[in-house]
Amino acid sequence: MSVTDMFSNIQGFLSADQDIREDIRKVVQVLEQTAREILTVLQSVHQPSGFKDIPSKCLRARELFSTVRNHIGDLKTKFPVDQYYRFHEHWRFVLQRVTFLAAFVVYLESESLVTREEVAQILGIEVDREKGFHLDIEDYLAGVLIMASELSRLAVNSVTSGDYGRPLRISRFINELDSGFRLLNLKNDPLRKRYDGLKYDVKKIEEVVYDLSIRGLTKDPETAGDK
Amino acid sequence: MSKKDGEGCPRNRKQDNAQALRMGDPASDVSSSPVLSAFKTFQLELDCKHDKYERLVKLSRDITIESKRTIFLLHRVTSVPNVEEVLSEAESKLDGVRLKISQIAEELRGEDLFQFHRAFTPGIQEYVEAVSFQHFIRNRSLITLEEVNSKLVFLKEDRTEAKDSSAVQQGAPGALVFQVTPTDYLLGVADLTGELMRMCINSVGNGDMDTPFQLGQFLREIHDGFSYIGNTGPYEVSKKLYTLKQSLAKVEDACYTLRVRGSEIPRHMLADVFTSRAALIDTEDGVA
Repeated sequence: MSVTDMFSNIQGFLSADQDIREDIRKVVQVLEQTAREILTVLQSVHQPSGFKDIPSKCLRARELFSTVRNHIGDLKTKFPVDQYYRFHEHWRFVLQRVTFLAAFVVYLESESLVTREEVAQILGIEVDREKGFHLDIEDYLAGVLIMASELSRLAVNSVTSGDYGRPLRISRFINELDSGFRLLNLKNDPLRKRYDGLKYDVKKIEEVVYDLSIRGLTKDPETAGDK
Repeated sequence: MSKKDGEGCPRNRKQDNAQALRMGDPASDVSSSPVLSAFKTFQLELDCKHDKYERLVKLSRDITIESKRTIFLLHRVTSVPNVEEVLSEAESKLDGVRLKISQIAEELRGEDLFQFHRAFTPGIQEYVEAVSFQHFIRNRSLITLEEVNSKLVFLKEDRTEAKDSSAVQQGAPGALVFQVTPTDYLLGVADLTGELMRMCINSVGNGDMDTPFQLGQFLREIHDGFSYIGNTGPYEVSKKLYTLKQSLAKVEDACYTLRVRGSEIPRHMLADVFTSRAALIDTEDGVA
């Protein structure tokens, strides 16, 4: 085979590769749009009025997640199933966002940490790499960390709205999360960088709890918590 | 917080733990909560992944070193009488490198090649450089991607049930296949041009009047190929294109001087003209 043939073969490969990337980018753009919509719905829980109807907001968000499932289903068809990591970078960011959103919804509903399986189910994807389009563990963890900073914000705003029980519950939750992350041996990668931010979220929430307790506002968290 | 409270008394785990947490039950044993046990499995999974990555990086380094040595060895062909001897020695070195690549393939069995691609791409590129250099010296042509890949089929007797993924695809039963990606191949070939430039200068120094022109022709073809790909390729390719242009210019200059001077200087003196010239070029830019 001549040098020219060799290079035109490779050129063919490269342009096919670019076409795939182009297709992926288009779907990811739509996915990002939907993720922003869900975020907008959930952001309203920070409003004083939002605290009253958290369940309805979660319901609305869950409806929007069906759109997410459609888009991800679309995304799956854009590239060969066994080449997930070749194009991973294209959807890594948005997948972390939607993981965060799913985790946030689940937290608002049940005040518990979403499992990786639950996220995968909400997004209509797999947990195991072997089974197809899956949720990478680092993306899941990154999504959970995004939620942690959202919760530290929620703790502040819930005090503003007069819900003094919530910060205490958030504090317990975040602390547990923190000790969970302490178990991991993270490399010097983006996930580690994000994890380094967790301590500031923990600190922020602890300050809120401190402010509440020195003012005697935490006396009866059980009843205050159940709005 | 409450996590401290429970540490002393390992209670029945899982049992309405979430409930206990919400209520702030002081006895809640958080160290065995669902969250922590989940994180323990994450820890295992991440550690396993990182270990594999590190092993691959190490293999890649070994491959790089051995390939570099092979290239140095191959540079001797310009000055030794018995080319075949050098080539067969290089061949046996490359066999050693391939053994390492088979270990990479072994690590990647059932994995996604691209998940760990970053760990071993430098080694693979260096291998492509070495193997294509050897191929060029022997055949005066560019090794194809298929030829590179065909040498990376490893027969393993022990495991017949090969569970293969994109990278390690099903060949013969029990065979372990490593596929060089077109991009790695391309980058390896770009590095090759630097070696060819050196070889050109060296061979002039040794009074070889044909090799420089062959090399010039060959480099031009490769350069045309790269220009054809241009910026549609990955970012690294366009970066290497610049170095490639420099190498080509040096070789073309050498050929030019050879023609011009060759007509006026007696053959036996040409060597002197070029040894000084080669030294000049090497100090100008020592990159390969």
